[in-house]
Amino acid sequence: MKTKKLTTMALLISLAMVLSYLESMLPSFVAIPGVKVGLANIIVVFALYKLGTKEAAVISLLRVALVSLLFGSGASFLYSLAGAVLSLGGMLLLKRIPAFSYVAVSVLGGVLHNVGQIGMACLLLETNVIVYYLPFLILSGTIAGIAVGILAAVLIRRIDVHL
Amino acid sequence: MILPVFYMKGSAHKSKRWDLLLVAFFLLLSAALYFLLRQGQTAGAEVLVRVNGQETARYSLAEEGEYALNGGSNILVISGGEAWLREANCPDKLCVRQGKIHLSGQTITCLPNKLTVTVVGGEQTVDVVVG
Repeated sequence: MKTKKLTTMALLISLAMVLSYLESMLPSFVAIPGVKVGLANIIVVFALYKLGTKEAAVISLLRVALVSLLFGSGASFLYSLAGAVLSLGGMLLLKRIPAFSYVAVSVLGGVLHNVGQIGMACLLLETNVIVYYLPFLILSGTIAGIAVGILAAVLIRRIDVHL
Repeated sequence: MILPVFYMKGSAHKSKRWDLLLVAFFLLLSAALYFLLRQGQTAGAEVLVRVNGQETARYSLAEEGEYALNGGSNILVISGGEAWLREANCPDKLCVRQGKIHLSGQTITCLPNKLTVTVVGGEQTVDVVVG
């Protein structure tokens, strides 16, 4: 790996970690587990378009692992990991369809992140009662996804990455 | 709606129609799920406490009481036919802020402690609707 690419990736992972940390300090405005803005997804969407699939996946998964290691617990790692994997998969597929822009990709990513987390929670807690949160999680994922997508679009347009 | 126009400016995407369709789809989906899951919810008879998926206790909603759950990690209060968590040792306290529940299927979840409190009983449990 070229030094420039290594440093760019490290920089983006650090940025995603800082955004996750900042977000964890914000008071949650709704009392539903899993409702988050997902600011770190700005970096993942940016990397998806500017660096490539593999790079975006590495950034997203390392972000989850490092943030859980530093600030989270074992359970929170599994929740986030399921969310991140599902969200990445969905965004990769949607990006291949040219009709959809950054915002659609980010909306799908936001919704799937929430769905993945809740799915993992259902598995771990061996209960299906958590499906009651699903409507709120889809709604919040959509709204957050629009905001994240617009922010990512601005960055994608303004920042050039030469590797 | 300045921002949506702004994100399209200079991008390779000529139309935001498909983006809007996707957003509309998710909004409709969440509304549909909300009403589907709410259907047939009636007042429940008791609450079921699960830790790690295992049932650990059941308490009647008709009896007033205060219970320490999961070795004291969460304090459950039942009063006036409603149940809520008054205290928790988790960092986010989302379970405390989820408020009072009394309809069958309603659940308070404390993800950090892997604990759920669910209302069961009554005429129709929502599990039937969910399938």
